[in-house]
Order: sequence, then structure tokens, then C-alpha cells
Amino acid sequence: MAQDDLYRTVVLERAKTPRHAGKLDIASLHAQGVNPLCGDRVNLHAQVDTHGRIGQVRHETRGCAICAASADLMAERVMGQDTAQVKRIHAALATAVETGEAPDGLGELSVFAPLHRHRSRIRCAMLPWSALIDMLNDDKDR
Amino acid sequence: MMDQMVTGKTDAGNSLRHVRADFPILSQKVHGKDLVFLDSAASAQKPRQVIDSMADTMRTQYANIHRGLYWMSERTTEAYEAVRDQVAAFLGAGAREEIVFTRNSTEAINLVAHSYGSLLRPGQVVLVSEMEHHANLVPWQMLRERMGIELRVTPVTDDGALDMDALGRNLSDGRVALVAITHMSNVLGTITDARAISDMAHAAGAKVLFDGSQLAVHRRVNVRELDADFYVVTGHKLYGPTGIGVLWARREILEEMPPFLGGGDMIASVSFERSTWAHVPHKFEAGTPAIIETIGLGAALSYIESIGFDRIGAHEDALTAHALKVLGQVSGLKVVGTAPQRGGVISFTMADVHPHDIATLLDRNGIAVRAGHHCAEPLMRRLGLSATARASFGIYTTPEEIDMLAATLEQIRGFFV
Ligand SMILES: Cc1ncc(COP(=O)(O)O)c(C=O)c1O
Repeated sequence: MAQDDLYRTVVLERAKTPRHAGKLDIASLHAQGVNPLCGDRVNLHAQVDTHGRIGQVRHETRGCAICAASADLMAERVMGQDTAQVKRIHAALATAVETGEAPDGLGELSVFAPLHRHRSRIRCAMLPWSALIDMLNDDKDR
Repeated sequence: MMDQMVTGKTDAGNSLRHVRADFPILSQKVHGKDLVFLDSAASAQKPRQVIDSMADTMRTQYANIHRGLYWMSERTTEAYEAVRDQVAAFLGAGAREEIVFTRNSTEAINLVAHSYGSLLRPGQVVLVSEMEHHANLVPWQMLRERMGIELRVTPVTDDGALDMDALGRNLSDGRVALVAITHMSNVLGTITDARAISDMAHAAGAKVLFDGSQLAVHRRVNVRELDADFYVVTGHKLYGPTGIGVLWARREILEEMPPFLGGGDMIASVSFERSTWAHVPHKFEAGTPAIIETIGLGAALSYIESIGFDRIGAHEDALTAHALKVLGQVSGLKVVGTAPQRGGVISFTMADVHPHDIATLLDRNGIAVRAGHHCAEPLMRRLGLSATARASFGIYTTPEEIDMLAATLEQIRGFFV
């Protein structure tokens, strides 16, 4: 079978046994992302300090392997980051999935770069990120 | 070609193998693999007879219709109107005036909802089923908002058949004005007993509309034998082009219905004080229609008729039986919808593998299936699912393609456990 470099071990593993799934008792912010096209759903729970720096993120994801792995890798990656840093990582990921080239510093998230050949699936990887950024923006507005 | 058809084996879904040569797209490669196209229920591929008829029209014989007083326009009008006769024969209609051209089935249903719907009164009921495509649900919800009608839903049974007892109960208060139900589900493959539904609807004083978008591709339709009042089909699933669909309705109903869209072609006379409407069906065909697409639809119907529904039905029944057997052997695979009367549309889930991951990985192997809610979200909710993968067959589908699907699914499954 022709496999796909999209479904690398890390994606399959994180989808199957996520490390950051669940709720978070100390969460101060919550958000939900829904993809109306496929019904995929991500609930985020985050602990964010008064300077807007993320402590921890947990996710509850009902979706495909791409979406679930993206949520889990995101939770890991944004720990200790502030909103501006989260937006920079998000932008780098968006560039990677559009072009297939992973910008420097994208790290493990570059596993999603092959999505540029599966345009209909880009939203699956971006869903947790859009939910997170909406959540951080809402927090700032408050 | 006829010889081949007569002598061709009819077993195991091989009897129509020769038609593949008519579909240029089937020789395309996808990701370096032969295309295995198993998404005909979303839209069918087009034979060269359709492609050529449209290109030839544009090359040799094209002008606007119904208005030009010159040779080209008259010839194009004739070609366009000849398709109305063809469609009337294809559906077993009583008269060519009963055939209204629309953009697709969605527009045909919206036409009925707006026009016939405007004759309904608050408190009257439109009755749909739980397995409708959004095209046969949302227009009625919109009518409910406009007109204060009630929208009632008849459930499906656990195996995916229409619950006929519940249909009877839903009809029993005599308030149902219209039953609008699919003739074949695009998710479950279920074929409904249209004649029985018509009889029940009529006995309760209701009219009946069938969404034949899927069924008309696979079985001969005869609207008079079904005793239907409205029937809709969409050209692009019938091996024809996009942009052309059909509403059939009984002439006396069409005559009673007000126009849908206003403009050129649908009027008898126009003044600033008032306009009068053209006769049916032109009353419902405002503006320049999809001339080239209509001619393409005519070519598609000729093509289908040249094969014949006896062969098409036998081919698809054999393929469906084969598919249910081999898919049933894939570990963790569950077919969604097992009604006894069914056609070549098979939805499935596979253990914990999300349907979108299934579709992407099949695509890497050249196999095109659909994954998602298939424009039937309420049905998905009823089934407790957010999505399924769906393989659907056409006249060009072969048993080997289905075997390849099953084998690749088995590999995908192995990959995820
Ligand atoms: C059962 C059914 N009804 C209606 C439609 C709508 O067809 P169209 O989009 O051509 O209007 C479809 C197509 O997906 C269908 O499968």
C-alpha cells in the first residue's frame, strides 16, 4: 500500500495515545473548535497567567487522526508561551501546510507539512490552533 | 458494442466492463495509480457521448433558444426541446409539458417548496423522513418559517429502512399536505417502497414528492406506475453534466402552481401594470436555461437507454452483493444500513479509524471515496455517528475495484492498530 508521509508514527501515536488529553482542574480558559464540514470537535482547557502566558493546555478531541495529533502536539508546544509566541508558531504551521516546506524552528509540528498535498485536510490540523487563538484573543478583549 | 453486451458475462458485476472505454477519465492516474472511482453517488463521471454532444453543440449549432428567428436558434431550440421529450419518456411522464428543467434536484425541490408551498396553509404538514439529504429537508424548514406549516419526520428503522408503521401514524390526523421522501438514500443505499408510500399518502389526502436523485441512476423510474405527484432528478449523477436537473409534476398541479422565478421566457405578456404567465412548463423556466447542459443530459439519457436498466440493475445488484461480502470480511468494518431493498451505495465505519483518515489513505492509493456526513446530518445523529466513509458504484465499476478497496482498507486498519 502506498502510505503517506502524513501518517508518520508520531501522528498515529499521538492520535492513539494522546499525552495531553482530558480536562484541567486549574483551567482558567475554555474554548471549543468545531469543523462544520466534518463534525470534528476540539474542547480546550487552558491555564493562563495574568501576563497571558500559558501554563498548561488539555484537549478533548473527537476527530480524525490529523486533528487529534495536532491538538496533542499543540498542547505540548504552547506550554510556557505567550499569545504573541503562539501566533508565531501558528503562522509557521500555516506556512508549512500551505507550501509543504517547514520553516526553521517548527520542530515536531513539521510532520503536518505533507498536508499541502491534501488541501481538504488542512482544516483538520488547524482546527485546534484556531480554537486556541480565538480563546487567547477573547481573553485579551476581556 | 451490442454483441459484446449480449455475449458478455452477467455474473459478478462484470457484464458492463466494456462501457469503461466510453469514460475518458477512467484512464487518468491519481498519485501515480490507476483511478478507482467509487464516488459516483456524489457525481458520476461522463462518457464521451456526453462530452462530445456538448462540445459539438458549441462548435456547430449554438444560439439562444425560443426567441431567435434564424436557423441556428431554431435548431438549438429543437435540440433543447427534444430533450424534454426524452426526459418525459425516461421518467414515464404523461406529457412533455410535465417536465420542468431546473439547475439540479436541490433547485427542483426549492421550486416546489416555494411555489406549491405558497398554496399551503398554516397548520398543514409536510412529512419527510429521517434519511433525507439536506436538499429535501432545508427547503421545507424554510417553508415552515415562511408559512407556519408543520414539518414532521418519519423515522428509519435500525437497519435503515423507512418505518412504514410510523409513516402511517404520521399520516393519520389528515393534516399532511405533502409527503416528501427519498426514493433511495445517498447514505444507506436504502430504496424506499415508493408505490406503497404514494398509496398511503393519497389515502390520507396528501400529495407525494420523491427525491429520485440517487434512484433514477440505478433503476427505471415510471412516475405513473409509482403514482407520484412530484419527482426530481439531477443530471450530474446520471452521467450528464452539472447545472441541469428536472422536476416532473402532474400537469394539473403545475398549472395550479404560481411561478417560482420571474423574468424572460416565463411570461405570456408583460406591461407595467401586470404580466401574464406562459403555459407550463415554461412558466417555471425563467431566463436563458442551461441549453448546452440540457443537450448534454439528452446525450446521457440516450447513453443510459442504449445500455438499458435491465443490465444496469443486474450489474449493480451483483456489484453490491459482492461488495457487501468482501467488505464484511475486513476486520472492524461495519456497514451502516442493511435494509433489504438497497442499491450500490455503501456507507461504513472501521473500528477507531476516522472516515477522513480512511478517505485520505485510500486516495493515496488512487481510490476515491466520500467521507463525512453526506449532507444528511440528522440521519448521522440518529445513527449515533459523526461521519461515515462511503463507496458508491456506477455502470463502470468493476468487482476488481471493490476487491482493491477491501484489500486497501484491511491495510489501513493494520496501520492504525
Ligand atoms: C438523495 C439526494 N438528494 C438530493 C441531492 C442533491 O443533488 P444536487 O446537489 O444535484 O441538487 C443529492 C446529491 O448529493 C442526493 O444524493
